[in-house]
This record gives sequence, C-alpha cells and structure tokens, in this order.
Amino acid sequence: MTASIWQRIRGGRQPGLTCAELVELVTDYLEGALSPSEHARVERHLGACENCMRYVEEMRTTIALVGRIEEDDLSAEAKSELLAAFRGWARG
Amino acid sequence: MDEPVDPFVAPAGQAELVAALKAGDEAAFAGLVDELGPSMLRVARMYVSTRAVAEEVVQETWLAVLTGIDRFEGRSSLKTWVFRILANRAKTRGEREGRTLPFSSIAGSEGEGDTRSVDHDRFLADGHWGSPPTGWAELPEARLVGKETIEVVQAAIEALPETQRAVITMRDVDGWSSEEVRNVLGLSESNQRVLLHRARSKVRRAIEAYLEDER
Repeated sequence: MTASIWQRIRGGRQPGLTCAELVELVTDYLEGALSPSEHARVERHLGACENCMRYVEEMRTTIALVGRIEEDDLSAEAKSELLAAFRGWARG
Repeated sequence: MDEPVDPFVAPAGQAELVAALKAGDEAAFAGLVDELGPSMLRVARMYVSTRAVAEEVVQETWLAVLTGIDRFEGRSSLKTWVFRILANRAKTRGEREGRTLPFSSIAGSEGEGDTRSVDHDRFLADGHWGSPPTGWAELPEARLVGKETIEVVQAAIEALPETQRAVITMRDVDGWSSEEVRNVLGLSESNQRVLLHRARSKVRRAIEAYLEDER
C-alpha cells in the first residue's frame, strides 16, 4: 500500500464530510456560525466537490430571489386611518 | 450565550425622530409606518388567525406607541420598543382567540415530518450525490429572475410554517440582522438559524422543481 492510501484511510485528523451532511451545514456556513475547524472542513469539501459547490450557489441565488418578492404591507385604508389618528393625537 | 440580546443601541437620528413624532410631524410618522409596517404585520400574523386581525393589531400598536411616546426614554431603540408592544398585543389577542402560541413548537419542527433539506433518495448510500443539483448559472437571466420564478418563491414562502416565514422574510426580504430577528421574536441564536435554514432550503427546492420542470 502506498502512503497516500494510508492517509486516505486515516482521513487526516477528521473524517471528511459527506454531501448529505454538507447540505445541512450550508446556512451555518453562510452565516459564519461554524467553528474555524468546521468551517475548514466545509471549505475542503467544497474545494473538491463541484456538486456541493453548485448547491451552495443555488442557495445563494435562492436568498437573492427571496429578496425580490413583494412585501405584504398595511392596506391603504389602514394607513390613512392611522394618519388621521395621528393628526387627532397631535392636536391633543 | 444563547439568550436573545438587545443589540439595538439607539441608532443615529433616533432622538430627532422621536422629537419629530412628539411635535406632530406627520411625514415622520408616515415614514415610520411604511418602514416597519410589513414586518409588524408578519410578526402579528404569527399570533392571530387572520390578516385582518393582524392589521388591527398593528393599528392598535401604533396608537399605543403614540399614547406612550412621552414615556419612551430612548435607552433602547424605538424599533425594539414598538415590536415589544406589538408582540404583547398580538399575544393577548391570540390568546383571546384561543390560539396556541407559536413558540411552544419552535424548538421542534412545527409539526413537520421530514426536515431534511434535500430528498434523501438523491444521495447514494455513501452520502454522496446520486442525483446532483444541475445549477442555475447557465439559465438565461430573464428566466431565472422572471415574474414566474418570483411567484414560485412567493408561494413557497406562503406555504411555510408561520415562524419560518417570519424569519426568512425579516432576514432575506427586509434585510434585518440575525440579532434583530432574535430579539423581536425571542429566539435563541441556534433556533433562529435552524428556522432560517429550513425556510431557505424549502424555497430552494421549490425553485429547483419549477426550473427543472420547464427544462
């Protein structure tokens, strides 16, 4: 057996992440909530896994798309009632 | 560490805003109602049964804010203060309606079954992708950000449990910080993140299903 196979079997200090594990860590990763060693594990995986890289990109695009939706706001009627109440209040 | 904190040091300009409100400056009041209205409506919706009732709660909150503004000392932010009044009123209203409070289930999964971000059968037995994501980078921009896609996103958010919907919209639509969301909703740091993760993952799935379908 070559040294590199031994290295792979021992897996360094920590075993690598699987893709199924990675998809559950994406938000922690994007939020900067992982410990430095966990963060490094995620980056190592992403550096070697195009599929997960694409997944993370899709999550980033998702966040950007959510930012484009229309807000549900108070009705115009409710707002004008509030402004009328404000005027009444301001007059004392 | 995992307690909600009050990150709202009174923002610059707040003293002037409060002074303008007290002086009866209608434009200042209208601006504040526009700025906070959508988030207030969403928070109220977590406690009460209908949008109409939520709107009433928001209106009552503003009236309470005006009545109490002389007592507001400006040590915390106006935003925090307004949302505390809102949450209290919405809770009381919800209890009167006989609704159970949403946060009893927040640490769990809000009655959800499978909470995995991606269908399990898309992975091989060793945990690697069997059916990997195809990526959206090559889609025409006009299609990716088109009206239909945005409608899919909107529908996916509507279908989320209330607390997930509140978290994703406050964070990703209104651009609130995680600390602000935690503070207003009374969530721990980890709960806020779990809810955000579930919400974003489900929306991603909905977008994927829509885009794949059309390919």
